[in-house]
Amino acid sequence: MSHDMSDDKLPQAHDASDAHGDVAVTDNPFADPGLPAHQPRRTDIDERAAKRAERQVSLMFLVSMLATVGFIASYVAIDPDKIVYIFPLGHISALNFALGMTLGVALFCIGAGAVHWARTLMSDVELPAERHPIEADDEVRADVIEQFKTGAAESGFGRRKMIRNTLIGSMALVPLSGVVLLRDLGPLPEKKLDVTAWNEATPAAPIRLVNMNTDEPLKAEDVAVGSLTFAKPGPSASRPAGLQESDEDFQQAIAKDALMLIRIQPDDIKDANSKALGFEGVLAYSKICTHVGCPISLYEQQTHHALCPCHQSTFDLSDGARVIFGPAGHPLPQLKITTDASGYLIATQGFNAPVGPSFWERSA
Amino acid sequence: MSSSTSAKQAAPASTRAKPANKAEAAADYLDGRLGIYSLAKANLRKIFPDHWSFMLGEICLYTFIIIILTGVYLTLFFKPSMGEVVYNGSYAPLNGIKMSEAYASTLNISFEVRGGLLIRQIHHWAAIVFVAAMFVHMMRVFFTGAFRKPREINWIFGFLLLFLGFFDGFLGYSLPDDLLSGTGIRFMEGAILAVPLVGTYISFFLFGGEFPGTDIVPRFFTIHVLLIPGVMLGLLVAHLILVFYHKHTQWAGPGRTEKNVVGMPLMPVYMAKAGGFFFLVFGIIAAMSAIASVNPVWAYGPYRPDQVSTDAQPDWYMGFAEGLIRVMPGWEVRAWGHTLNLGVFIPLMLFPLVLVAIAVYPFIESWITGDKREHHILDRPRNAPVRTALGAAWISLYLVLLSGGGNDLIATHFHLSLNDITYFVRVGSFVVPVIVYIVTKRWCLGLQRRDKEKVLHGRETGVIKRLPHGEFIEVHAQLPQERLHTLTSHEQYEPVELPAETDENGVARKVGLVTKTRAKLSEGMFGEGSQIPKPTVEEHQEITSGHGHH
Repeated sequence: MSHDMSDDKLPQAHDASDAHGDVAVTDNPFADPGLPAHQPRRTDIDERAAKRAERQVSLMFLVSMLATVGFIASYVAIDPDKIVYIFPLGHISALNFALGMTLGVALFCIGAGAVHWARTLMSDVELPAERHPIEADDEVRADVIEQFKTGAAESGFGRRKMIRNTLIGSMALVPLSGVVLLRDLGPLPEKKLDVTAWNEATPAAPIRLVNMNTDEPLKAEDVAVGSLTFAKPGPSASRPAGLQESDEDFQQAIAKDALMLIRIQPDDIKDANSKALGFEGVLAYSKICTHVGCPISLYEQQTHHALCPCHQSTFDLSDGARVIFGPAGHPLPQLKITTDASGYLIATQGFNAPVGPSFWERSA
Repeated sequence: MSSSTSAKQAAPASTRAKPANKAEAAADYLDGRLGIYSLAKANLRKIFPDHWSFMLGEICLYTFIIIILTGVYLTLFFKPSMGEVVYNGSYAPLNGIKMSEAYASTLNISFEVRGGLLIRQIHHWAAIVFVAAMFVHMMRVFFTGAFRKPREINWIFGFLLLFLGFFDGFLGYSLPDDLLSGTGIRFMEGAILAVPLVGTYISFFLFGGEFPGTDIVPRFFTIHVLLIPGVMLGLLVAHLILVFYHKHTQWAGPGRTEKNVVGMPLMPVYMAKAGGFFFLVFGIIAAMSAIASVNPVWAYGPYRPDQVSTDAQPDWYMGFAEGLIRVMPGWEVRAWGHTLNLGVFIPLMLFPLVLVAIAVYPFIESWITGDKREHHILDRPRNAPVRTALGAAWISLYLVLLSGGGNDLIATHFHLSLNDITYFVRVGSFVVPVIVYIVTKRWCLGLQRRDKEKVLHGRETGVIKRLPHGEFIEVHAQLPQERLHTLTSHEQYEPVELPAETDENGVARKVGLVTKTRAKLSEGMFGEGSQIPKPTVEEHQEITSGHGHH
């Protein structure tokens, strides 16, 4: 701390250590009059009040005993499936209610009894105790520093510079082995975040869009104007049965592959690129929000706005899923779709941008 | 053998008198091995001062113990695994649905283990009360200046406990792997990905590959039940040892000085009160858990990355972080083939900064005052207007951000536009704390003036007197000396002045920027606009000596 500031700006410490009752009250009305005299409580002077307090405390401990018995009885007697109606709580688990209330009463009464005991029957005379400064006095300080210097001199730590420096170096490096050991926590990211199952699709080997709810391939006419349809990838070379819930990596796959389909009158689509990626007004967007990755599930058909319920990023699906409100930083990726000979909706290439939240290596 | 003779020699008798009873004998036994008498000598009748606000820290301690006890119980039944199972249990609506073992075992605890639901609810409720109590306890310590020397290090310990409590709470409610908690983890993944350079690597190492993978629940489990609680336990013990060592602070009052502590002894009063209070806290939390359901995971369903429920909310203590992320504009910088996601990264950095702001305050204040003395008497918040106003401004920022984190709930409950709330929070985060600061400071100064008025002119008695010449006055009664002392014993700092521009030889003095800043801050804190001078003895005497007007 700088020494340019003098201590004279500190307040005068009201050092009233001698203020224990008998200071010269006359010349300083603000002086410390010392500890006030003890005021006896009713239980201190009235034995009947004291007896009553004693009975109250014991009663609370007794209620606690009964409640514990009630707890054990409830545990044994009440069926865990039993649901009861208790006003104003509604329909709740009888066992949970009985166990919680009996345990609550059993514990509360112990506490209430102990506090009541302390407040009514134990002494309430306030006593002063002295504090001692935390800092050691100068003599102790000098002694310790001397001892430390002796120890340091005996170790030769300051004199043998080579030992000191190599010790510091080795201590600085050794934690690195701990960091290195963490490497196998997971694989390297590589380009994994850039690709989804849809990237496998080619004009020669397209992937069908499969309805998430019915597990059936979708046709353009299945997507009604004003509705929101959720889809997943159908059969592909690496996944001949299409993405199934029973797949071991289903969670990981659906976290990137989930699609939402909407249908807008082609004339209402404002973004020409977006229109070209769709098929007769059917547009396929990634369902995963570009903010932090929540699935988007609220769609307003009049305005074509889709809203993420987590952080309220709002996208205009008629305008290339442009962000019109909220914390998302870029539009939802769109999947180019068309139909195959049998009229099923297919993808022939991956998303036009990496799906999900942004990351440092993301280039598009 | 010679040993037979030496064995017959009587062992040297202990110089201690024979114990009077078995309890004393047991105590003697332990003392010979553990030295308990010396320990007890200092602590058995240790004095604790009394004030209702001193119990806030106790609530933290007791809820922490409750969390540990119930947490151990839950580990006996919870399976921290993301292995997939088809649920076939007593909660019919989810029968036949695929889910992780973590979620299935949480349902099992809630519906099949007798009392399991109660313990789960107590665990969660205690965690909520724990964080809330830490907050309020910290506010008490802040607003009364109890963090000043020698307690700055304990302030840091407390801050770390709060910070770790936040994270352990977050990890805890992520474990059941329900739809809501999975959404929270997804949010965390998105936030990690926003970190420049290393974000994707941290994410892949944390999740063991791509989100969500199958490692996250077992990893979170170990961190939640072992790593963080272990560190917290260590910090808690250190925190309590320091409270014992420093002795408790106390309010100013007759007979109370910086060099003593006035209150009741540990044994028996404080033992009974504090020990009893543990049972009160536990009892109330048990009753709350019986009647109020928190985190009904069965209602959300198992986690799937393509599904979400509306009003996805974290626990309230993460609400301000949620607010930061919701109200931040979506700024993204794309250049040289890289993306810098400022819209997420800035809130991610602000989140710890909002918290660290309170951690460093004791050091800032002691630097400005230059005060290196020990303080054991508490400040009334009004007597430190700038500190109080800063604290209030911080709380208002916290609340504004919290309302940003609950913008969807506010919108639906109060029929407001969600977008308007977000715009309000964007502006309010900057404006509201300033307004709160100004109002609080003026309020404190007003209270200081009222104290001064009371000291000099006494309190209003409500008695109206008519003087001989017809004037009506209200009789004011002198305060007793105890009150006068209490109201005038606080310290008042004077602002630091810059040294003169030239020294005694007329040579221009170099005044560094640091010194200038410090003088400015000191002026802001203790200058004319920031404190009302205390009444002096002279002022008091002049008014009470009969020359005054009443």
